[in-house]
Amino acid sequence: MIRTLRIPHRFSNVVRGCRGVASTAAQLPGPGHAHGHLPSSTSPITSKLHFFNSVTEGGKQIPTYRVIDGAGQPLEGAVVPEIDKPLARRIYENMVQLPILDDILYNLQRQGRIVFYMTAYGEEAAIIGSAAALAPDDEVLAQYRESGVLLWRGFGYDNIMNQCFGTHLDVCGKGKQMPVHYGSKELHYHTISSPLATQIPQAAGVGYALKRDLTRRGRNCAVVYFGEGAASEGDFHAGMLLASTIPSPTLFIARNNGFAISTPSSEQYYGDGIAARGPGYGIHTVRVDGNDVLAVYSAVREARRLCIEEGRAVLVETMTYRVGHHSTSDDSFAYRPRKEVEDRKRLDNPIVRFRLFMEARGWWSKDEEAALTKRVKQEVMAAYKKAEALPKPELREMFTQVYGGEEPWNIKEQREELQRLVRKYGEAWEPWRSELKKHRGEGKELLE
Amino acid sequence: MFTSRKLAYPVLRTLPRSHRSGRRWQSTEAHPAGGHLPSIATSTFLKPTRDLSLRTAGLRYVDQTDADPTREMVGRETRKMNMYQAVRDALSIALTKDETAVVFGEDVAFGGVFRCTMGLAEEFGRERVFNTPLTEQGIAGFGIGLASMGQTAIAEIQFADYIFPAFDQIVNEAAKFRFRSNGNFDVGGLTIRCPSMAVGHGGHYHSQSPEGFFMGAHGIKMVIPRSPIQAKGLLLSSIRDPNPVIFMEPKVLYRSSVEQVPMDDYEIPLGKAETLLRGEDLTVVSWGTPVYHCETALKMLSHPPPTLAPNVPATLRSAKVELIDLRTIMPWDVETIAESVNRTGRLVVVHEAGRTGGVGAEIGAEIQKRCFLKLNAPIRLVTGWDTPVPMQYEKFYMPDPIRVLDAVVETLTY
Repeated sequence: MIRTLRIPHRFSNVVRGCRGVASTAAQLPGPGHAHGHLPSSTSPITSKLHFFNSVTEGGKQIPTYRVIDGAGQPLEGAVVPEIDKPLARRIYENMVQLPILDDILYNLQRQGRIVFYMTAYGEEAAIIGSAAALAPDDEVLAQYRESGVLLWRGFGYDNIMNQCFGTHLDVCGKGKQMPVHYGSKELHYHTISSPLATQIPQAAGVGYALKRDLTRRGRNCAVVYFGEGAASEGDFHAGMLLASTIPSPTLFIARNNGFAISTPSSEQYYGDGIAARGPGYGIHTVRVDGNDVLAVYSAVREARRLCIEEGRAVLVETMTYRVGHHSTSDDSFAYRPRKEVEDRKRLDNPIVRFRLFMEARGWWSKDEEAALTKRVKQEVMAAYKKAEALPKPELREMFTQVYGGEEPWNIKEQREELQRLVRKYGEAWEPWRSELKKHRGEGKELLE
Repeated sequence: MFTSRKLAYPVLRTLPRSHRSGRRWQSTEAHPAGGHLPSIATSTFLKPTRDLSLRTAGLRYVDQTDADPTREMVGRETRKMNMYQAVRDALSIALTKDETAVVFGEDVAFGGVFRCTMGLAEEFGRERVFNTPLTEQGIAGFGIGLASMGQTAIAEIQFADYIFPAFDQIVNEAAKFRFRSNGNFDVGGLTIRCPSMAVGHGGHYHSQSPEGFFMGAHGIKMVIPRSPIQAKGLLLSSIRDPNPVIFMEPKVLYRSSVEQVPMDDYEIPLGKAETLLRGEDLTVVSWGTPVYHCETALKMLSHPPPTLAPNVPATLRSAKVELIDLRTIMPWDVETIAESVNRTGRLVVVHEAGRTGGVGAEIGAEIQKRCFLKLNAPIRLVTGWDTPVPMQYEKFYMPDPIRVLDAVVETLTY
């Protein structure tokens, strides 16, 4: 076994080499150049005209924090976080279940059983490592690739399947949204919406609400996940600004997975990733190896502690790689070589790295691996079979929960209009005739 | 020497008083930022006395002072307030009664550019009344986040013209929050206040009425008050309504509309229009500033000034026109409007926003559907033109009394 496997440099997905311009850090005035400060400011006056374009001292890229290497061995000088065997196993099992679940649901989409799905291949460490570092009641506002957080908190495969199939047991939204738009009030996971980055300033508000709630102040924070592509949206800037300035205890976790659909990160930003922006807002920032679950766990633990203690935004950028396609509507081999993906899976596999760490401690074995894989597959398949047989929600539900309180006249009248149409054409018009049968109650509740 | 000075003055002393009491001599204040509409001061829709104020129709006091409902008004006090003071009063009551309520937006801490938040930061502290950085999408998103946690978020957008960066948050998030989670989450605690409508010199970006843009955002409500009493009651209802509400305050009315306002905590119901004048021959529907122009137009109909008399046939001068203030734009009170038009057979809708895509078009379509056989004339819209609000031409852009009068006369004589 290779003891100190270094992950090949070419897999760094923050490509700075192509800038063609040297990175330079800001320079504090030295002796002979210092002339006091701006009024009401600690900005020192300098007589030297100097432009800078980097937040780091040497003008180099922001370093990436890592604990274990590709072979699961702690780096020299690394501090392995205090986790016991049960926690380590729980983390590992949660990581393993993700691609098994993803495989099944991805194939279900391919077979036409569900209409859409998004996998999280390659990002298991970033998602589970961060989930494990949070309190179970920290408020999570995610983007769409973080269902691992929900599963960590006990959401269960049944709820996943019911949402993806849009059955009448869909607790997230009663069939109103596309697959993977999960949400759970009990598990403190805010319902996913498709528009990117909208959750970011909302998280700053959620953090403020936690601050205002005396039973949760100093105990919880808001946690917001987003990709490096979504971080280009104006909402990212707005959210960072609010959480740093007002301030509110909001933990920002950027999953830098190298792609926004087909757009590589080299076409997404020119600066040093997302981490370089944190200091621009004056907040504590760290970049971490997103494929090292122990590094993610450590970094997010500390980030969370700082966030709650200071009541202000903290930014964590997890560097990882999107092994899968963006979604079932995407074929990523249209814009990247198969070999690149295969190499990444082989040489920088977050699950393998942690398994090697666990095996080295005698906390895991090949037999347990086989048993786990088998069990997860069985459970997921059982949940699928159950959900597939269930009908869609009652047709009447289409008009519920538009407003709270008294139902406005337009909703009432439109429901009655649909009622009239179903009564008149439900049998005669074929698309409706077979579609009605898929709904619980077959539309009959509308006809009463 | 003293005598000669005395001789000089008598000439001045004999001048009529009115020449000496012009604004130039009295006021040291700069022209108000929110504009000024002196014609409103004499409106019969404003309630200048305590009695009239306390008897405001549809007003519901939140705290009962007496078990006997007939004694509801006993002991209640009113105070003279303009609209920004009434808004401030409502915010103060909301902050006092609801521990979770916070008020935030650009410049609200020092009192707000229209003084709607004067003294609130001092009274309730900077944790509850605070400035945000300059980002409307951030303000809306932040408010949504707060409200999603069950707290009361009262956000201010400095001008309705600047609400558009928040459009995604409002339409894609706030409006859909409850529906998409099937009620697991909601942002009913969110209220977004913004000054809107023309001010006389606002041009493209300080005069807009954006209500038309939001009509498709099913899940939000929109409310527009016409006066201080209405503003206070409707704002408290909006804050407490279990849905996100956009509350648009016609900025020219901040100072120009003044009346006695009940000091207690009261609400005026959302979703209900108010009939200001009863009539049988024609219905006029409007909201915000144009309500007063409609009032003026109807006065001119019954008593046209000499220069306009030739344009107002004598037979029309006894026409009884029903004037309705819509108040809640979404969901709008179709029952009241339809009932009225079924009686009068004619409808004129007046709003400042441009013609195409404006709320008047929506009202027109629905009313023609409901009242088709009872209509004696096509439904008429009196609106801003389909251009951005043009600075030097505003007098010809905004629907003013003459345009309302013209539409009423033409509709009555169709």
